[in-house]
Amino acid sequence: MVKLTSGSSSEQGLNRRIVVGEIMAGLDDAAIVTGLGSPTYDVASVEDRDRNFYLWGAMGAAVALGLGLALARKDLDILVVTGDGEMLMGMGSLATVAVKSPENLSILVLDNGLYGETGMQQSHAGLGCDLSEVAAGCGIQNSWKISTYGELQEVKTKFQSRGSVRFLRAIVENEELERVMPTRDAVENKLRFRKSIDADGLGQ
Amino acid sequence: MTVISWQASVFNTLKSSGIELVAYVPDAGHSLLIEKSRRDPAIEDVLLTTEEEGVALCTGAWLGGRKSTLLMQSSGVGNCINMFALQRVTDIPLVLVVTMRGEYAEFNPWQVPMGSTTEKALKLCRFKVYRVSKEVQAAATVRSAIELAYEKNIAVAVLLSQEMLGPKKW
Repeated sequence: MVKLTSGSSSEQGLNRRIVVGEIMAGLDDAAIVTGLGSPTYDVASVEDRDRNFYLWGAMGAAVALGLGLALARKDLDILVVTGDGEMLMGMGSLATVAVKSPENLSILVLDNGLYGETGMQQSHAGLGCDLSEVAAGCGIQNSWKISTYGELQEVKTKFQSRGSVRFLRAIVENEELERVMPTRDAVENKLRFRKSIDADGLGQ
Repeated sequence: MTVISWQASVFNTLKSSGIELVAYVPDAGHSLLIEKSRRDPAIEDVLLTTEEEGVALCTGAWLGGRKSTLLMQSSGVGNCINMFALQRVTDIPLVLVVTMRGEYAEFNPWQVPMGSTTEKALKLCRFKVYRVSKEVQAAATVRSAIELAYEKNIAVAVLLSQEMLGPKKW
């Protein structure tokens, strides 16, 4: 058996917080859903906004949760920020998203090829699975892979703009960054989030 | 005809209860309900690759202020267990309508393990569980489940007995 060692972990990568900061900067009013682990800290480090909903568990939920939000609120732009490990656990949800193809949904995967929370073990993404190809294969036509700041600038506006659903795989460096921890109280987070998008009066 | 009648009345109940999103994995027992949801322009119908996606999807829909219902077979409940944590930590309303397998006139022994664990598993996950054995109870029970879930911010499951659904037909 051949063991793959190539993949994103061996490539030069971007600083994940610069990527998240640049993407969030163009989506001031968007609702943001974060996958558990580093993406939650990354988004919180850029800005702990009322319109952020942070996952601390339910691994694999980020994209499906973002889809539910996108279908419920077509008036809002929805950004999902997650990691390669979390995306791998919810990979089927990319097929589900592609079928619905909501125009207000952007999915950003920060890919360091590693499971950060459990001690930096290599993920399938680090062992050769290309998540941008997976997304494209599922039917998400706007699927990009970036590993340089030039490429980030090139696709940023397209990724942030409405159209068919968008998927961006950003190859990021493996680096230890400060853990900026937002609330772990999901009820508090829910109430704050719903109030910020005026959800309370709907669905009655 | 009898199978059609309860599904049609459950669909009308979903509509009149304010359900705007129906998520599902293909299922013979739910087939008419799924078809009606697909055809109704006022309902977002979402085909899932696995049931736990639906738990996350319904959570997202409620964060956005919309009511939803998740349809599945009893085997799908097993797929959802860890994802139910999302409902527990957020106290978000969640409504499952579950067609039972493995409990009555079941030809496939592979359906028995999860079918006989479904109700206990849901209760362990702190669902309020309703059981429907007669077609005439189906719509009223689903209505009650939706009201309870959305008034109390809890998870409610309606189990449709295989005795009522009848043997699997191809």
